[in-house]
Amino acid sequence: MSLETDSTVEAAVADSDNAARTTPAPLRSGDSRLTEIIVVTSGKGGVGKTTTSASLACGLARRGKKVAVIDFDIGLRNLDLIMGCERRVVYDFVNVIHGDCTLKQALIKDKRIDTLYILAASQTRDKDALNAEGVRRVLDELIAEGFDYIICDSPAGIEKGAHLAMYYADRAIVVVNPEVSSVRDSDRILGLLASKTHRAEKGEEKVKEHLLLTRYSPRRVATGEMMSVDDVKEILGIDVIGVIPESQDVLSASNAGTPVILNTESDVADAYEDAVKRLLGEDLPLRFLQEPKRGLFARMFGG
Amino acid sequence: MDLLAFFRRTPPTASLAKERLRIIVAQERSARGGPDYLPLLRSELFEVIRKYVKVDADAIQVNLEKEDGQDVLELSVALPGKANAA
Repeated sequence: MSLETDSTVEAAVADSDNAARTTPAPLRSGDSRLTEIIVVTSGKGGVGKTTTSASLACGLARRGKKVAVIDFDIGLRNLDLIMGCERRVVYDFVNVIHGDCTLKQALIKDKRIDTLYILAASQTRDKDALNAEGVRRVLDELIAEGFDYIICDSPAGIEKGAHLAMYYADRAIVVVNPEVSSVRDSDRILGLLASKTHRAEKGEEKVKEHLLLTRYSPRRVATGEMMSVDDVKEILGIDVIGVIPESQDVLSASNAGTPVILNTESDVADAYEDAVKRLLGEDLPLRFLQEPKRGLFARMFGG
Repeated sequence: MDLLAFFRRTPPTASLAKERLRIIVAQERSARGGPDYLPLLRSELFEVIRKYVKVDADAIQVNLEKEDGQDVLELSVALPGKANAA
C-alpha cells in the first residue's frame, strides 16, 4: 500500500518548486519530537481555512497547549483579522525569514489565551518571499521554544505558499465544503500531501489526513440538495475530524475578530470543540448532522 | 422546511454531484500516479485512432498498471457498436 503511493511520488507532477528539494536535512528526528505541525489546507479558496485555523488554535491553546498559528498567505494577510490582532502586527513571517527581526519579536501573543501566539503573513511581499529553508528555520525555532502545536494556515491554490504550508506537516486538515469544486480540489490536495511533502519525499510515515466539512446544511442534505458527510467521505476516502454547520455565527465572529470557537452560544463553536477533542485523540460521534428541531411557527416561516 | 421552500423546491441534485465526482476523482487519481507523458500519449493515440474509427475521447483508456513487478502500459479502446458507427 505505502509502496504504491511512494511510486506515485516519483512520477508525480514535476511543476512545483525545487527549493524544497534542496533543503538541508531538518534537525528533528520525528519521534523524539513533541511538537506537531498541522497544516490547514483545501485547494479551493473561501471554504473556511482561516476560520478553522483560528478556532483549532484557540481550542488547543485553551486546553493548555502551547500553540503557534502561522499565516502562509503572503500578500493576503487575513489570519490577524480573524484572530483580532491586526493592529498589533509589527513584524511578520517574512521579516523573520529574512532576519529583519527575531521570531520572538514577530510572534503576537493572544490577549485572551496565554499559550496562543500568532505569526502574521507579510502584507507587502509576494509569495516568492517564502522559501523552504527559511520556513524550516522558523519551525525549528518554534519546536525549540517548546510549542506543542504549530498550525499552518495555508493559502488557497497549489502554488508555493500552499506547498510550503504543507511541506513540513505531520498532519493535515483538509477543509472541504460539500460542493463539487471543493471536493475535487481537496482530492488534488490529498494527492500533493502524498507526494510533495517532506515526509513523502523522505519516505517517512505519511502525513495524517483528516477532512473537516464546513458550511454543512443538514436541511439541504435531508432534501437531497447537498452531499452528505458520508458522500464526501466515500469520494475522498479519508476520515472526518469535524463537521461544521452552516451558520451566521461565522461571519459575526470574523466581524468581531473573535475566533468563532469562543462563542459559547454557537453550534459552530461546539462543532470545532469536538474537532479539537478528536485531534487530541478522543473518539466522539459527529454532531449537528440533523436539522435542529424547530417549532411549527419557525418551520412554516423559516425562522 | 418552511412554507416558501415547500412551494419552490430545488431539485435534489446531491446524487448527481456525487456521481460526477466519483468518476472525475477516480480518473484524476489514476492519472496522478502515472508518468507525465500519459495525458499527451492519450490524446495523440486518440487522434490516430480517430483517423480510422469514430470513437469518443472517453472510449480510450490508457493506464499504467503494475503486474508482477513490471509496469504494463494498457491501452483499451471501446469501439462503437454497429448502430453508432452507421
